[in-house]
Amino acid sequence: MDTFAQVVLDGLLTGMLYALVAAGLSLIWGVMDIIHFAHGEFLMVAMYLSFWLGFLAGVDPIVSWIASGVFLFLLGALAYRLVISRCIGKSAMPPLLATFGLSLFLKNLCMNRFSPNFRILQDTLLQGKTFMIGGVVVGLPQLATGIFSLVMLGALFYLIKKTRLGWAIQATAMDREAAELMGIHTDRIYLLVFGLGGACVGIAGGLMTSYLAVHPEVGSLFGLIAFLIVALGGFGSIHGALAAALIIGLVEALAGFYIAPVFKYVAVFAIYLVVVMVRPRGLFGW
Amino acid sequence: MTQAMLSVDRIHCAYDGVPVIHGASLEVRQGEIVAIVGANGAGKSTVMKAIAGLTQPTRGRIVFQGEDITRTPGHATIAQGISYVPEGRRLFAKLTVRENLELGAYTEKRREVIQERLDQVLALFPILADRAGQIAETLSGGEQQMCAIARGLMSGPKLIMLDELSLGLMPALVEKVLETVVEINRRGTTVLLVEQMVQEALEIAARGYVIQTGRIVQQGPARELLESDTVRKAYLGL
Repeated sequence: MDTFAQVVLDGLLTGMLYALVAAGLSLIWGVMDIIHFAHGEFLMVAMYLSFWLGFLAGVDPIVSWIASGVFLFLLGALAYRLVISRCIGKSAMPPLLATFGLSLFLKNLCMNRFSPNFRILQDTLLQGKTFMIGGVVVGLPQLATGIFSLVMLGALFYLIKKTRLGWAIQATAMDREAAELMGIHTDRIYLLVFGLGGACVGIAGGLMTSYLAVHPEVGSLFGLIAFLIVALGGFGSIHGALAAALIIGLVEALAGFYIAPVFKYVAVFAIYLVVVMVRPRGLFGW
Repeated sequence: MTQAMLSVDRIHCAYDGVPVIHGASLEVRQGEIVAIVGANGAGKSTVMKAIAGLTQPTRGRIVFQGEDITRTPGHATIAQGISYVPEGRRLFAKLTVRENLELGAYTEKRREVIQERLDQVLALFPILADRAGQIAETLSGGEQQMCAIARGLMSGPKLIMLDELSLGLMPALVEKVLETVVEINRRGTTVLLVEQMVQEALEIAARGYVIQTGRIVQQGPARELLESDTVRKAYLGL
């Protein structure tokens, strides 16, 4: 029983982190109809930033997420201004290729600069710290990351659903031209949304380095899982992303433990395929 | 003669390089109701979109209260005091009535002003007060149209442009909506109306323009237009 509870807890904590990563992707898709292929690589950039801040300046991940969050917000906004804004609106292909190109660029830039080696931050504040609830071991870095991701997700949800700015973002998503008529500068909303999407992975990536290794390929897997979660939860739905992320986290942990670690992603993708076949718009999609 | 509030001077518009408006000119004076009438596809909505900044005229000039707004982008038009209620209502379907109305006043930052306008439009459309928390797409067609007009009024415009209000509404409702337009005008907002329902529109308007295949073919006091042969033959089937 304890083992089962342990696996479930691990799965849920991973799921919370996934949720934050996926929320950024979902937001960008929901508002702009763009599949942001460089989302995973943005996460990687955040992790490198957090790693180097820790390695070179001794800044702990529980602080450096602020820096990586801000930096990725700016990177997202910059990517929108320099690349995405020039190719949206005509057809779906140009932004797709642009973000794909951006992902290749970032991945190879990091490969070139930082080598393909796995790097892990030593002696972080939370590293190796655990406590017990009943027979279940709770890792402090995972717990902090999970809880914090949830809080950030809550903040994002509040912003979108309850504030005037959030309504303007939703309005832009539903009907860009009508939103313009309300006096909403929709180009700036797009800029903001790309920035917010970046900030989501910026914060997630900043926190993750307290227990996960950084390498140039780290974004690929997380990016892929984020896509899957967004599709599963329903494109554009933040609570859908949360639900889907928790499911994926659980499936991954349970399959990894009860079947075999090498099969965990097989189970994840199988679940995804089944859901998409039965309900193509995802769990909470329109 | 009073000086025009809005003057559209020989504008040409094109969609994807295909010209659709060929030198249309019109004027709206402060306090008037002006109707642009004509058949489907004549270019009525395009003229409005050009004024609203959603499409840029290839030639010509649009002046509002002495300011050249020909190249003003869509999101900046509302700050000039022009509100455009587009064809097909275009409510934000998944937002509530309340949120839709709030967005109508997006450029207004003062909470008390927004509240005041909200009270005003809800007094004008009491049904919307009952529906405030309801998702916009669940409203009936008539309620949606009222919501769209109310949203257009939330910015406190000097000029409101109403595009095909009658679209998809049953006749009794059209009459009711047009009565509201008169009421809005009576309270001090200038109205530019685009309508396929020629008779109904000209009955409430002071002046009218008849547009055919991108050209203004006739203009004048609404009463005269109603009695003119062109209008009677082409649009009223008399």
